[in-house]
Amino acid sequence: MDMRLNLPGLPDFSFKNPILTASGTFGYGIEFAPYGDLTTLGGIVVKGLSLAPRAGNPMPRIAETPCGMLNAVGLQNSGVESFIKDKLPKLPWRDLPVIANIYACDPGEFAELTSVLAREQGIAAIEVNISCPNVKEGGILFGQDAAQAARVTEAVKRVAGDKPVIIKLSPNVTDITTIAKAVEDAGADMLSCINTLSGMGVDIRTRKPLLANVIGGLSGPAIKPVALRCVWQVCRAVNIPVIGIGGIASAEDVLEFMLVGAHAVQVGTANFVRPDFSFRLVREFEQLVQKMGITDLEEFRGSLKA
Amino acid sequence: MTNEQCTTLKVLDNVPFGQVSGEHLFFALRLERPEWKNWQPGQFVMVRPSGWAMDMLWARPFSICRVSNRDLVLFFQVVGRGTRRMATLKSGDEVMVWGPLGNGFAVEPDTPTLLLAGGIGIAPFVGYVHSHPKPWNLHMEFGHRMPLNCYPYESINEKIMGDAHLEEKPEDLTLFIERMDKRIQEYGEQNGLVLACGPTPFLRTVQHLALKHKVRCQLSLETRMACGVGACLGCVTKVSDDMHANGVAAGRAQVCNHGPVFWADQVNLSEG
Ligand SMILES: Cc1cc2nc3c(=O)[nH]c(=O)nc-3n(C[C@H](O)[C@H](O)[C@H](O)COP(=O)(O)OP(=O)(O)OC[C@H]3O[C@@H](n4cnc5c(N)ncnc54)[C@H](O)[C@@H]3O)c2cc1C
Ligand SMILES: Cc1cc2nc3c(=O)[nH]c(=O)nc-3n(C[C@H](O)[C@H](O)[C@H](O)COP(=O)(O)O)c2cc1C
Ligand code: FES
Repeated sequence: MDMRLNLPGLPDFSFKNPILTASGTFGYGIEFAPYGDLTTLGGIVVKGLSLAPRAGNPMPRIAETPCGMLNAVGLQNSGVESFIKDKLPKLPWRDLPVIANIYACDPGEFAELTSVLAREQGIAAIEVNISCPNVKEGGILFGQDAAQAARVTEAVKRVAGDKPVIIKLSPNVTDITTIAKAVEDAGADMLSCINTLSGMGVDIRTRKPLLANVIGGLSGPAIKPVALRCVWQVCRAVNIPVIGIGGIASAEDVLEFMLVGAHAVQVGTANFVRPDFSFRLVREFEQLVQKMGITDLEEFRGSLKA
Repeated sequence: MTNEQCTTLKVLDNVPFGQVSGEHLFFALRLERPEWKNWQPGQFVMVRPSGWAMDMLWARPFSICRVSNRDLVLFFQVVGRGTRRMATLKSGDEVMVWGPLGNGFAVEPDTPTLLLAGGIGIAPFVGYVHSHPKPWNLHMEFGHRMPLNCYPYESINEKIMGDAHLEEKPEDLTLFIERMDKRIQEYGEQNGLVLACGPTPFLRTVQHLALKHKVRCQLSLETRMACGVGACLGCVTKVSDDMHANGVAAGRAQVCNHGPVFWADQVNLSEG
C-alpha cells in the first residue's frame, strides 16, 4: 500500500510514510545509521540547533521514570554552522526529509537561524521549538503566550523562503488551541505537538533531585494520553496539518494519533528502547495497516467517532 | 570501520558469584556470541531483556567482560531496578544487545601497564588481560568492599600479578590510596601506562594522583545512559577544549561514544 503522505496546502511537500523521528531523540541521524536504513523513515528531525554552540545543563540531566523519562539536557549543540558543515553532508538528505529543529532567545535570532537554514538544499523544513522548558532565558514564554508565539512564527516565515515552517507546541499551557490558532494565523505551515511535559523527580535516600536542573521535561509512553488529547484538540481547532508526538511506542499508537487527526507522527523516547526502533516501526505500521484492512489512510485520519 | 549492531541473544546461563548477607548480588551473564567482527576491551554493550515491558524504557550499559568463540560474558552487580530484574534471567531467556560501543582501553604491549580497579570496575579488565599479547607487562591493584569471591578476580589473577585490597574500615581506604599513590609514581618514573575503572570518587582519586605524578592515564567513566549511541546527550562529561572531536559541543562530550575511556588530563569529573 502507498504510505506516501501529501499535505494540504503544501503541494510540493510529502513524506514517504507518516513515521518521523523527534528532535533530541535521534541525534543528527548519523548515530542511528548502523542500525537501519535512514531513507526508509518518513523523515528525521535533528537535535535542536541554536546560532552559537551551547553547553547545555549540568549533569545529571536524564532520569528514568515509570514508562517514561525526565530530561534537562538544555539544548546542548555545536551550533547551526557546525551542523551544516559537519553533520548535514553525512545524511542521505536527497532521499530523506531532514527537518531542522531550531531554538533561540528572541524572534530576531529565530529569523537569523532560519535564514541560514533556508539556503540549505539538504533541509526539507524547519521546526521551531517555542516550547523548551529547560532554558531559562525566556524559552518558555514564546510557547505559553499566543502573541509571542505568533511573533516568532511571523519572523521565521518572513525569511523561510519555500521551506515549510512547523511550529512545535508546548503542552504546558492552559489552552493549547489558543496558541495553535495564533500561530496558524501567523502563517505556520504545520504544527507538531507535543513537546515534553514539565516534571521532576527526587531521591528520598540522597534527598537530592534526580536532575541537576531540578525540573525537566517528561516524555515517553507515560505522556501519551496527554499528547493524544492535545493533538485531538488542536486538529479540531486548525486547518493546517498536525504532526503528533508524545509516547509513541507501537504501530497501534501511530494509528491512534492518526485517528484523532494527525497527518504524521514523530517517535521520541522510544528510540532509546532500542536503536532500530523507528526502522522497525515503519515496517510494523505497514503490516498493521494491511492487517486492519485500511486501504486509505487519509480516509482513516480524523475518523474518531466522538 | 564501525560494526555495531542490535541483536537479540539467548541467555546461556546467569551464574551467581559469592554471597553478601546470604544474597547473590554479583552475576556472570553468559550470552550467545554476537556476530561482531571485532571488539576492544573497555568497550561496552547496552542490554535490555526482551521481557521488559515499557515501565522500564532504557537498556543498561555493561562492560564487555569476555568474548570467546562461543559466548559473550558480562559481569554485573545488582544495584537497582534493572539489575535486580537481570538477576532473574535464566538460560533460554532472550536479551536485546547493542554494541560493541565506545572506544576501549589503549593496548601498548611493551609498556608496563598498571590496572586499577574499584569494585565492579574490574569487569572490563578480565577481557583486557586475557586478550593482551604480553600479559607479563601488566599488574593490577584491586580495591573491593565485598568478599573477593564476589568478583571475577581469580580469572585475572591466573593470568597476571594482582593485589587485592579489602576495604572494611575507613583506614583501609587510606591505605589503598597510599598504595595507589606509590604505584602510580613508579609507573610514571618508568614511562608506563595506568588504566582505571571504578566508581567516580575512585576515578577522581586516580586522576588526581596521575596528574600529580605526570603519568599517562586512562579512566573509564560511568554515567547514566539512555541511548548508548551518542544521540540523547544524557551521558556527557566535561572535557578540555582541545577535545573538539566531532559532536563535542561547548566542552561536554558524550561518555557513550567519545568514551567511556578518556585520558585523565582531558576530563573534568566535577559533575554528576
Ligand atoms: C560504560 C559503562 C560500563 C558499565 N559496566 C558495568 C559492568 O560491567 N558491570 C556492572 O555491574 N555495572 C556496570 N556499569 C554500571 C551499570 O550500568 C549500572 O549499575 C546499571 O545501569 C544500574 O541499573 P539499575 O536499573 O539496576 O539501577 P537504577 O535503578 O537505574 O539505579 C540504581 C542506582 O545505580 C545508579 N546507577 C544507575 N545507572 C548507573 C550507571 N550507568 N553507572 C553508575 N551508577 C548507575 C543510580 O544512580 C542509582 O544510585 C557500567 C556503566 C557504564 C556507563
Ligand atoms: C533527551 C531529549 C531531548 C530532547 N530535545 C529536544 C530538542 O532539542 N528540541 C525539541 O523541540 N524537542 C526536544 N525533545 C522533545 C521531543 O522531541 C518530543 O517532543 C518529546 O520527547 C515527546 O515525545 P516522546 O514522548 O515520544 O519522547 C527532547 C526529548 C528528549 C527525551
Ligand atoms: S547515552 Fe545517549 S548520548 Fe550517551
